[in-house]
Amino acid sequence: MSHRRFHHPEHHEPFAFTKESEETIAWWEKKYPAERRASTVIPALWITQKQNNGWLSEPALRAVADRLGMTYIRVYEIATFYTMFNMEPVGKYHFQVCGTTPCMLRGAERLKEFCERKIGPKGHVSGGGKFSWVEVECLGACVNAPMIQINDYYYEDLSVEALENIIDDFAAGKEPAPGPYVKRQTSAPEGPPTSLTDEALYDGSKAKPLASIPNAPKPPEPAQT
Amino acid sequence: MLLDKDRIFTNLYGRHDWRLEEAKKRGAWNSTRELMQFGPEWICDQIKASGLRGRGGAGFPTGLKWTFMPKVVKDRPHYLVVNADESEPGTCKDRDIMRHDPHLLIEGCLIASFAMRANKCYIYLRGEYIFERETLEKAVAEAYQAGLVGKNACGSGFDFDIYIHHGAGAYICGEETALLESLEGKKGQPRLKPPFPANAGLYGCPTTVNNVESIAVAPTILRRGAGWFAGFGRPNNTGTKVFCISGHVERPCNIEEEMSIPLKTLIEEHCGGVRGGWGNLKAIIPGGSSVPMIPKDICDTVLMDFDALRDVKSGLGTAAVIVMDKSTDLIRAIARLAYFYKHESCGQCTPCREGTGWMWRVLERMVKGESETSEIDTLLDVASQVEGHTICALGDAAAWPIQGLIRHFRQEIEDRITNYRQGRPHVQGVTLTAAE
Repeated sequence: MSHRRFHHPEHHEPFAFTKESEETIAWWEKKYPAERRASTVIPALWITQKQNNGWLSEPALRAVADRLGMTYIRVYEIATFYTMFNMEPVGKYHFQVCGTTPCMLRGAERLKEFCERKIGPKGHVSGGGKFSWVEVECLGACVNAPMIQINDYYYEDLSVEALENIIDDFAAGKEPAPGPYVKRQTSAPEGPPTSLTDEALYDGSKAKPLASIPNAPKPPEPAQT
Repeated sequence: MLLDKDRIFTNLYGRHDWRLEEAKKRGAWNSTRELMQFGPEWICDQIKASGLRGRGGAGFPTGLKWTFMPKVVKDRPHYLVVNADESEPGTCKDRDIMRHDPHLLIEGCLIASFAMRANKCYIYLRGEYIFERETLEKAVAEAYQAGLVGKNACGSGFDFDIYIHHGAGAYICGEETALLESLEGKKGQPRLKPPFPANAGLYGCPTTVNNVESIAVAPTILRRGAGWFAGFGRPNNTGTKVFCISGHVERPCNIEEEMSIPLKTLIEEHCGGVRGGWGNLKAIIPGGSSVPMIPKDICDTVLMDFDALRDVKSGLGTAAVIVMDKSTDLIRAIARLAYFYKHESCGQCTPCREGTGWMWRVLERMVKGESETSEIDTLLDVASQVEGHTICALGDAAAWPIQGLIRHFRQEIEDRITNYRQGRPHVQGVTLTAAE
């Protein structure tokens, strides 16, 4: 289990939803049956965290609970159970370095060392509130290892040099593009493609109505729903 | 080897546009209404005949699972929940389906829901997949706009609503009942079964949980025929499959291939081989972190399917191949996985909550050699005490990689302990850095 508690004094600042957050939560709420509003809690906490500069304070948790008609303890336990909810302030650019075996095999440890040198200790906010980093468990981009999630998006196939450039770019106010940092398209192998080169797949011939449906029952029965 | 014309995910890498218009050109949403006209039983029969086994790890026959749902909707609505909480280390196939071929998934949701008389479908994405979620939301909006889903979906007379939901970083929510708990707005802690979700799942209603890939291949199976799909792979292990190959290969990638492809062929043809050549291979985890590793001599000949890998005491799992060459410190690699399971245990069952941490701590000592030889047997014993004694399979998943390590590389652990005692302690990281 991961142990997560709230303890920072900043937890005591008051919190209120912006109009935009309120509207987004209302949009999410419509996805679930009216009597099941609690289903909205994870998206609502995520929206709240976005509004609250990337972390959840105790008053923010209470605001979510009040908004969804849940008891406080239910929202607290969810916020502390799910690791994407930060219980402490994070930098404007929050780096989540994947450290699980597939990334480790391809050099995640060098990225961690570099983050420690450049940004500071894990969980520590530096650069005037600009940067922070943590190690996280598998982020599901293993063929693009090693990778880091910076705020919302994935930066993949990283080397220490590429990471250094990314950090420098953020520090200079630029927005480096997410995606692979070696010459490849998403999860395709580097170099010449080994599949999906047949142009007939893309010429529209696949969109022609089917001449017959395979294994259609004979005689065809009328539709039953 | 699979030919391009037989690939289902023709935009796996996003070389083309994912949007509706382009997806239709590639064959998505082709004749969906016609496929639905023969009724739910026909669809279930076709999926059964295709031999499709669940792509999320357990390999349960998908068509059979669909028939477990009640045949008529009574007082409680039916739900289809798609498990897109892809978090098994090594696995990243559903991500590509969602960001590059979302319409195949949405069409699959419609067909599967129709087959199970479910008018509502939730797709539960892992929270970190924000880009994928944004893409999927746009694709769903397109499908509503075009009348493909919603009231009278595709003109079939069937009303169908589809919603995207997301988690917030908990591996355990990939377990189907934990996923349902999470979707209900609770902590993701697995439920005791029975009752099975087909009887009492989401909100206490009949529910089926399927993996993204299992759902996304369904429309193409119906369009091209169960026999076509069953023609790939060995009996009982049919179809095509997206493999994710990571670790020490020249060119890691995702690739759709036929089932039962030899592991060596898969790596040599699509990934440029193992780094430093096949002879430099040490071991492979063939199905995501939860399955036991297999050493090189088994990798030489093993086929990538459920039965062949089960026979060598491993598993196909999610078909995420993690390759480790001779420079790898295997004990350290498995210790890191043990930490992963320790971190991700939901804490509900004592053997898992305490056992995963205990196993990790022992393994960390073994990495240095700072341990007793007899502790290897104690570790095996604890692993077997955790295995099978928990509500969900996370306990098993934590135990298997360790059992695999000891089964095939016990000598390595013993050597390290001996070396440590002789004053030649293993220095962490040396072997790993030497290889770079």
